[in-house]
Amino acid sequence: MTSALDESDKEKTRSVSVDLNNDASLLIDIPDALCERDKVKFTVHTKTTLSAFQKPEFSVPRQHEDFIWLHDTLVETEDYAGLIIPPAPPKPDFESPREKMHKLGEGEATMTKEEYNKMKQELEAEYLAVFKKTVQVHEIFLQRLSSHAILSKDRNFQIFLEYDQDLSVRRKNAKEMFGGFFKNMVKTADEVIISGIKEVDDFFEQEKTFLLDYYSKIKDSTAKAEKMTRSHKNVADDYIHISATLNTLSADDSTKVEGRVASDQELKLTELLRYYMRDIQAAKDLLYRRARALADYEHSNKALDKARLKSKDVPQAEEHQQQCLQKFDKLSESGKRELTSFKGRRVVAFRKNLIEMAELEIKHAKNNVTLLQGCIDLLKSN
Amino acid sequence: PCNSDAHMELTTEKPSSSARKEPPASSGPRPAASFSPSPAAAAPKSMEQLEEEEEAKDSFDVDVSVTNPEKVGQYLPPAPSLCWSQHETSLPMFRNKTFSVRRRFSDFLGLYEKMSVKSSLHGCVIPPPPEKSVMGMTKVKVGKDDPSSAEFLERRRAALERYLQRVVCHPLLLQDPDVREFLEKEELPRAVNTQALSGAGFLKMINKASDAVNKMTIKMNESDTWFEDKLQEVESEEQQLRKLHAVVDSLVNHRKELCGNTAVFAKSMAMLGNSEDNTALSRALSQLAEVEDKMEQLHQEQAASDFFIFAELLADYIRLLGAVRGCFDQRMRAWQRWQEAQSTLQKKREAEAKLLWANKPDKLQQAKEEITEWEAKVTQYERDFDRIGVTVRKEVLRFEEEKAKDFKGQIVKYLESMLQSQQRLIKFWEAFLPEAKAIA
Repeated sequence: MTSALDESDKEKTRSVSVDLNNDASLLIDIPDALCERDKVKFTVHTKTTLSAFQKPEFSVPRQHEDFIWLHDTLVETEDYAGLIIPPAPPKPDFESPREKMHKLGEGEATMTKEEYNKMKQELEAEYLAVFKKTVQVHEIFLQRLSSHAILSKDRNFQIFLEYDQDLSVRRKNAKEMFGGFFKNMVKTADEVIISGIKEVDDFFEQEKTFLLDYYSKIKDSTAKAEKMTRSHKNVADDYIHISATLNTLSADDSTKVEGRVASDQELKLTELLRYYMRDIQAAKDLLYRRARALADYEHSNKALDKARLKSKDVPQAEEHQQQCLQKFDKLSESGKRELTSFKGRRVVAFRKNLIEMAELEIKHAKNNVTLLQGCIDLLKSN
Repeated sequence: PCNSDAHMELTTEKPSSSARKEPPASSGPRPAASFSPSPAAAAPKSMEQLEEEEEAKDSFDVDVSVTNPEKVGQYLPPAPSLCWSQHETSLPMFRNKTFSVRRRFSDFLGLYEKMSVKSSLHGCVIPPPPEKSVMGMTKVKVGKDDPSSAEFLERRRAALERYLQRVVCHPLLLQDPDVREFLEKEELPRAVNTQALSGAGFLKMINKASDAVNKMTIKMNESDTWFEDKLQEVESEEQQLRKLHAVVDSLVNHRKELCGNTAVFAKSMAMLGNSEDNTALSRALSQLAEVEDKMEQLHQEQAASDFFIFAELLADYIRLLGAVRGCFDQRMRAWQRWQEAQSTLQKKREAEAKLLWANKPDKLQQAKEEITEWEAKVTQYERDFDRIGVTVRKEVLRFEEEKAKDFKGQIVKYLESMLQSQQRLIKFWEAFLPEAKAIA
């Protein structure tokens, strides 16, 4: 199924981040995507005034794995150690609506045609929502990159946007080279290393404490929000069954108990939380890398002392120590910048999302009120 | 002294134009899952108060309400609950204006038992009482002071009230001496034979009777298709209601789940708000947590509404439709009796003919007497059958009218509760919005 998303659609769905596509020198969007069984093919469309690119406007087809490749190469680039790498978009997951479709098919015999059609409609809408969500998340990833002063100039990023052949060859090579080594290290050790380091800088000390705590809280909130949204969906589904059965029951009592509870506002909140959970993980990764650099620096100090004691290889040790110090300072400097701007970004995004959510709740409730009042009046007048 | 303030009053006007009024909005906390149990000691016996008030409007006006049970006294096996109640009436047939009586749960069942065997009420749709629930009652007796046993008590109270209302709403039943005795008499002798109505009792009973009728070898030659058609209608409607009830049940459960998940989410939000270092955002997140807490409350009340207004309505009517089916069965049995009498009469006549031929004058006299006797019976049974046919027709029509009004009334009530819920929701979010906008 192909889905062309127009601008207004995207405006509505863009909730986790402020509008990133501001800089006209490099504009990226995903105007459409194709869903074939498990695989989603995104069309990445770029408009640019930069000379680094061969053409001013072009489109390429990309798969989810290509995005992951891009993310991983960025993470593994030493030069970017001091930056927060935008979190990779999650894999498209159509499991839930697909399972429901399956169940619906099995239960088709037990329900009326009308009920079946309604449920089918609901499921198709759910499917579409998942689809739109995944497109949006992939799009935002690219836009975060394009709006970043340093990352937007990355060569691999440009290849990703431009290269009109299949990227899968490159992806294989990359895997062989890095072998996921760095990723594994980050996953297992970061918490321990970050909390274990003796911090000299107040700013980083605070950030560390804050991020570690906030991460666990937001992870919890995300999970709880997901559960709540699922419950809400169940209630909405029940109402479909009820209204269908009521309609078949009494011809004169044409009650449309359409107490349809719209759960999109909750979906928004869940999405926001999930996105920032990943973003905070990315920030933690930055802290980790800096902590590693600090550890390296401390090691190099010790090595230097040793060398001086033994009066052996002192110049190399000194140079090594200098390099470590420089790396650490560079990381600290850029890290501070990144984390500060991250803070601001997060606050702005939350604000936008919470406002939208509240407004949606109010709008839907008002609609429900009108609908219910109409039903009541109709029934009373009969 | 009633220790709860959920006192519901329902007025029933003249049966032919009855409409259920909604309980006054000020009737205290809703009979929700959050019903707070009695602070009195965990004594197992519960009491039910039965109150009747009468309005002077109409001679058929009876106000029936059952107020909440109280736990008092020692548990005396075997068990049902002792209750006491106050009544008020100015019906000419009743002795006093206001009176109350104590009634056990088994008394209600006993009343049904008495009515269901009366020939004068044959063909009538007699409202079935709520079923005994061994598990529910055991919990209450054991003194479990948890929300589920409170909910059980409230459910039973409401069901008994609806049951009585339907009884007094029926013109024939209201005239019945047993009903009057139930409403008036100080002490009722303990009801026996209520075992049949325990557990899943009522419908099982009806279905057994139906089966017996179906096993009849003589199939009825129906001259009037109205009965056949109507019975089919009733049966299919019962099916539909069962289906609907199952879905509403699922709705109640899902909503309770939503309740729980919302509460958990609210707490998580509160913790996140505490962690947040931006002051305004922290405040907003805490406010969000409070809003979600309020939402949980809303969901809980809505779940109660789903259950007490919607689900119980369906459950009542599933049983009532069973009762309607019972009337049709009674008519069938009346027909059977008539047919059997006819065939007996035929046999007697044949016997007489044989005697005539065999020339036994002494036995002949007896045979002639028997023939007369059976001729009378045949006439009687035919009249009974016709009469019951008329009653069933009338009853079914009355029932359908009642049902339409009942459903409409309850559904309006349900929708109104949802409406209120949505309006409160709007208020909560409108209060939150400025907080969100204040984030900087």
